[in-house]
Amino acid sequence: MVCQHCNQVKATVHITDALPQKREQHLCEACAEKAGVIIKQTHHTTNEILQQFIKHKAGLGVGDDLACPNCGVTFKEFQLKGQLGCPHDYVAFAKLLMPLIQRAHEGGTHHVGKVPSTADGTIKKHTGLLRLRRELQEALEQENYERAARVRDQIRTMEN
Amino acid sequence: MTIDDLTRTTGEWLRGVGPMSDVVVSSRIRLARNLAERPFLTTADAGERTDIYRCLSQAITSTSAGADDILVDLETTDDIDCNVLVERHLISRQHAAGEGSRGVTISPSETRAVMINEEDHLRIQGLRSGLQLDALWTEINEIDDALSRNLAFAFNNQLGFLTACPTNVGTGIRVSVMLHLPALRLTKEIERVARAAKDLHLAVRGMYGEGTEAVGDLYQVSNQTTLGKSEDEIINTFSETIIPNIVGYERAARETLARRHESQLDDRVWRAYGVLANARRISSGETQSLLSPIRMSIQMGRFKEFDLATLHELFLYTQPAHLQRMKGRSLDEEQRAVARADFIRKRLA
Repeated sequence: MVCQHCNQVKATVHITDALPQKREQHLCEACAEKAGVIIKQTHHTTNEILQQFIKHKAGLGVGDDLACPNCGVTFKEFQLKGQLGCPHDYVAFAKLLMPLIQRAHEGGTHHVGKVPSTADGTIKKHTGLLRLRRELQEALEQENYERAARVRDQIRTMEN
Repeated sequence: MTIDDLTRTTGEWLRGVGPMSDVVVSSRIRLARNLAERPFLTTADAGERTDIYRCLSQAITSTSAGADDILVDLETTDDIDCNVLVERHLISRQHAAGEGSRGVTISPSETRAVMINEEDHLRIQGLRSGLQLDALWTEINEIDDALSRNLAFAFNNQLGFLTACPTNVGTGIRVSVMLHLPALRLTKEIERVARAAKDLHLAVRGMYGEGTEAVGDLYQVSNQTTLGKSEDEIINTFSETIIPNIVGYERAARETLARRHESQLDDRVWRAYGVLANARRISSGETQSLLSPIRMSIQMGRFKEFDLATLHELFLYTQPAHLQRMKGRSLDEEQRAVARADFIRKRLA
């Protein structure tokens, strides 16, 4: 049986409408798709499925093809490899990376550790203050007021 | 100094000394660093990789601490020697199997090894037997400072040291402690300890890190969070809380075994000794499994047929690469099994 619509290709889609009155249609796959009777399924590779999963986990939309102007690596490539292309990627992908970073580091968003010996005084001071403020908060939560007072004094000295 | 010189001893991680060494085999700290204004290794071409390798190997050996280090160019080193370095815990398996310009500098005492062009441009590692995290940190912090006086590391005000994988960003520090926990496994409490460690965001792995199984009851516990905590905070949590607690559980489990299951414990140890002293072919995995209860028994003062130094010799020299190096040629699995049994029998005779 050939397609009732194009009269050329063998009909492989057979539809019977029961209502409002019984009607039979015999169409080929292409005509059935055009008529909206069937929706062709696209084949997803395992990688695509994984990528969707990572994007879903990271709370990202599909199609984030942001590229780093320095090294040319796209965010998509990072998602596939798990490694970035250059240090500038942290700036180029900041918005997309931060949720991932925060999740991987128990909510940590700011560095409070050592700074390179070549870093200028402002960076050292900034990082040191962040660390001390966190220590102050911890001391207060633990009701260790002696330690809290000590840390508070250190913060004051540094701020001045 | 050469790899030949290194293989004359069992190296630092198997010295069997240091605080809590009855349970803590070794401690390790590594720092991940990358050069600013250079691509990470995923995008660096062959020329850039070679440039980075030359620049960093020269920078390390130019520091006063690294002046006597040996530099091993892994691109021109054969597979057996690369794996000797893996078995000595001086480089990762990934680094041994990698491609292109890459290498490692090793201090004569083997307490420091700096991998160049592994996942990051630099992986500065310190390694010592027993629980010695403070001493390790002092040593690698010094060389990190010395290097950063002459090199600009990729660093960002908010995120700290920038690494190829965002899971290492911030301090770039990974603290790993290798624990020998046979009693916790025998009393089936190991799962509980592993679950508790995971709740504290720690990774518990086998001897050779990611994706490896715990052979010979050796477990590596390491931090997974590198951002939002300082190096001192991370190290202190290990030295003062996590490790002393696990060591306490293991010691208690050993006492329970000795008190309630004395004959089973001794039987297990003497059977292991019997197999090791008489086998005609034996795998590396079986050797390590048999050495495990013996190590525990030596530490408990129950087994006196041989000492800890001999046990560590058997442990290291029976591993595939050390065994092949000792024989001076490449051996297939069956040949290794025979050579291994031979070596153990002679050593225990």
